[in-house]
Amino acid sequence: MKKLVSSLLWMVVSLGLITAIAAAVLSYVHEVTEVPIADVERQKKTEAIAEVVPPFDNDPMTDTWVDSESGCTVYIAKKGKNIVGGAVESYSPDGFSGRIDVIFGFDAEGTVTGYRVIKHAETPGLGAKMEQWFRDPQGRRAVIGRNPSVDNMAVAKDGGDVDGITAATISSRAFLDALRRGYESFKKSNNTVR
Amino acid sequence: MNKLKIIYNGLVKENPTFVLLLGMCPTLGTTGSALTGMSMGLATMGVLVCSNGAISALKNFIPDSVRIPAYIVVIASFVTILQMLMQAYLPALNDSLGIFIPLIVVNCILLGRAEAFASKHPVGDSLCDGLGMGLGFTCALTLLGMVRELLGTGRVFSVEVYPERFGSLIFVLAPGAFIALGFLIALYNVIKNRRSSC
Repeated sequence: MKKLVSSLLWMVVSLGLITAIAAAVLSYVHEVTEVPIADVERQKKTEAIAEVVPPFDNDPMTDTWVDSESGCTVYIAKKGKNIVGGAVESYSPDGFSGRIDVIFGFDAEGTVTGYRVIKHAETPGLGAKMEQWFRDPQGRRAVIGRNPSVDNMAVAKDGGDVDGITAATISSRAFLDALRRGYESFKKSNNTVR
Repeated sequence: MNKLKIIYNGLVKENPTFVLLLGMCPTLGTTGSALTGMSMGLATMGVLVCSNGAISALKNFIPDSVRIPAYIVVIASFVTILQMLMQAYLPALNDSLGIFIPLIVVNCILLGRAEAFASKHPVGDSLCDGLGMGLGFTCALTLLGMVRELLGTGRVFSVEVYPERFGSLIFVLAPGAFIALGFLIALYNVIKNRRSSC
């Protein structure tokens, strides 16, 4: 086949057909992958929740409460009739490279039982260490096992009780900001949902 | 031109990273560790082979004046397909590469090879060129990732070589990427000159 000339007609036909085919293929792939993608997201969340809160026997994915002020979703974990704790999908807009999303787990008294960083764009080797750093029992790094109503959840540099990540104070502040926001929402949910 | 020669050309003689210096953004951005560098290289290679093949097959159907938008549509479609597939079936890898997957669209290697090679050669040769260039890119990214991971954290592919505290953090960050890349290009040229002089 000879190469098509660059007349208006052929340009319109060629580009039109190529984009139409591309759109058709994309919508097909989207249809195929839509369900698996939603499953993956849901599974990621379910796993994260199960990991951070005390043992429960209800389905926290359906037992939720949304803090209308901060926008955080609280997944309530129950054993029998009693609330044993909850997982809060919290965030902070103040990361070193934008927003970070963290899921925090609390027991019924508000003690931090675990956390998992869901999404962040912090610097590798510095801020990105937060997934491990705040579990480390060394010094005052760990936030797990502490209750934000007792300890001041701010970095030591700001007069708080937590040792921030070395050379990543901004990321540490953002992480603890997310923790405080999550804790507030959890407390509110505890007062409303009974 | 025979097919092996085309692959060798992409892998060594015109290596996209060390010789053509194309696609520097993902090269510097995703090589913080050997594994992410390699995954990025493989993802790019997949798209490059597909787009080279498709563009070569369509080359007579695309009038010259609209070839750039047409190439971009083809490349962007393949990248979007790749991204959706990765989100669905390789979520962990997708998370670690993040924004760099959609950014494959603007990787100069893809448009560069479409324009310089696929639009002038038959489908078979174009597929080989995509494979060769992709392999070259993958090898370069893996190598750079290994060097940076080793110097920065003391590990290679997450296997510890020496304790992390002796590592130099700068190699994990962007400046270290430039430094490491500069030295690798120098090394590449030294080897090339030695081989051609004897």
